[in-house]
Amino acid sequence: MGIIEWATSPLGQSVPIHIAWFLIWVALIAGMLFLVVHAIYIRYFAKEKEFVADASPKVAAQLPARIPRHSLAARLFHWIMAASMFVLLFTAFLPKVGVRFDWVTYHWIAGTVLTISIIFHIIHASFYLDFWSIWPDRADVEDAWKRFQRFRGESSALPRKFAKYPLENKLYHGAIIVTGMSVILTGVFMMSRVRTIFFPRNPYLFSDMTWGLMYVLHGLAGVGLITLVVVHVYFAIRPEKLPITASMIVGTMSREFYLKEHDPNRWVVEASPNVPRSMADGD
Amino acid sequence: MAVIRDIMPAFQLFQPSSIADAQKLLEQHGEDAWVMAGGLDSFDWLKDRIRKPKALVDLSGVEELRGVRTTADGIEIGAMTTLTEVVHHPVVKEKYGLLAQAAELVASPQIRNQGTLGGNVSQDARCWYYRAGWPCYRAGGNICYADTPVGRNREHAILHAERCVAVNPSDSAPALIALDAKFVIRTPKGERVVDAEDYFLGPDIDITQMNILQPGYLLTAIRIPSTWAGARFYFEKVRDRNVWDFPLLNVASAMMLSGDTIQNIRIAVNGAAARPLRLKAVEDSVRGKQRNAATGEMAGKLAVQGAVPLQFNAYKIPLMRNLVKRSISGVQEAAWAS
Repeated sequence: MGIIEWATSPLGQSVPIHIAWFLIWVALIAGMLFLVVHAIYIRYFAKEKEFVADASPKVAAQLPARIPRHSLAARLFHWIMAASMFVLLFTAFLPKVGVRFDWVTYHWIAGTVLTISIIFHIIHASFYLDFWSIWPDRADVEDAWKRFQRFRGESSALPRKFAKYPLENKLYHGAIIVTGMSVILTGVFMMSRVRTIFFPRNPYLFSDMTWGLMYVLHGLAGVGLITLVVVHVYFAIRPEKLPITASMIVGTMSREFYLKEHDPNRWVVEASPNVPRSMADGD
Repeated sequence: MAVIRDIMPAFQLFQPSSIADAQKLLEQHGEDAWVMAGGLDSFDWLKDRIRKPKALVDLSGVEELRGVRTTADGIEIGAMTTLTEVVHHPVVKEKYGLLAQAAELVASPQIRNQGTLGGNVSQDARCWYYRAGWPCYRAGGNICYADTPVGRNREHAILHAERCVAVNPSDSAPALIALDAKFVIRTPKGERVVDAEDYFLGPDIDITQMNILQPGYLLTAIRIPSTWAGARFYFEKVRDRNVWDFPLLNVASAMMLSGDTIQNIRIAVNGAAARPLRLKAVEDSVRGKQRNAATGEMAGKLAVQGAVPLQFNAYKIPLMRNLVKRSISGVQEAAWAS
């Protein structure tokens, strides 16, 4: 049983047409398996997080009670993207598992919304946010190695607290970029095969082989997103992550959570305006 | 193009003699089973070696599936009743002449002798790209070869095309919809009765199927209620060759009149979309109106609203408009308009 479905083109060429649909279940089961294993690990085996000491009480006192984490624009993007992603996944895969409905129109509309929101996000993140905050840096790798060594029981220095985003968060973002861009880029071309308001249909834009590979890539990235979304939702509702989830709604997180998980030197937050200037400067 | 080899791929042949046995076989073999009624659609697929089922369930020996029975509320026609039997049955001719007319226009006498009513409503699309075994949407692929600037799509859909532009080729289907027929289906969960119009699927709902039959399902009978018995009927089929062809378009209407006023009407067309279309908006718009050329004209225009022609089938729009017009005002009253 292959992961790709093949067909014979009118020219007698063997061409891929799409992924094998059992991969939907593989992706779903993989996501569920991950969350079960992770939940068991956290419940029974994980040790309390330990970090090297960082912020002095003085610095902590300068911080506002609520630490701004996500701007309104960033939050709107996130939820619009989430909504369109759910519509895309449901309209893509429910028909494949036997739920019959008119899905194509909803699918390309949701895809258009996702594409526009991603373009907005790229511009917003590049010019108005701290672009590099979501990309892994050297400190992330060093700290990840320390954590791994300590997990294995080896002696190692304590890792630093996280910057704005933990390494896991950054890696997840990277995976979403790869899968998301794959479905978007292939999806935009695939829209030329159905009737939309954007451009005239042109199913002969590429060769059968290129189209086939495009459908396969779209499908693989799509089922990959099933796993990623399951994992994302799981972490969003984990008790210890709820302050992060809440910050995606209200935009801020508590000073206590910030100080517990994040390093003020790696994620610099402006001092509270109520704090005297001399203290704010760390004097 | 597919090569007709005339030698079918090997399969297990089952010839049940009862509905229960047939259903058991269908449940047992699931997706591997192919249901054969008259064989006119099946043998094309099998001899072209495009469909290669592991098991073929031949229903020709199931007597329970044959015949026209009078019921308390109309008639019940077994799914394996031949089209010739339908055409010549006295009750069908007398009370449900619309179906007799439609069935009589199916293909040729030889085919009507072998073809069944159940097979006629359940037959697959005739799009040549699909029938040739090309990997189109309907065949599970990712392209419609007919809906391209150079695709040969003269016979294809003008309404409700969603990726696939093939049309349903049944002549009896619109007549059954107009007669408010019910399709009786045996499923693994028991008997299911659906309205004729709900039996058919468009590509928006399921691009690889033309009806709701799933593995293990068996269409056993078609019930026609007496509601429309003796109504004023109209059936017209337009085809390239009058001796034997699939419809380019057909129309069926059943009308109840009070004087010249249309009290109630059901109207359906086929050949315009991937499923036979009941024209509810048209029915609503003409109900209570005088049956005349003006009403027919208005109905015709309404019927084709939203129609999108392909490269070579724009003629279907005036054709459908005129057929609907004629189905309401009659041939005498309605003049053709291009």
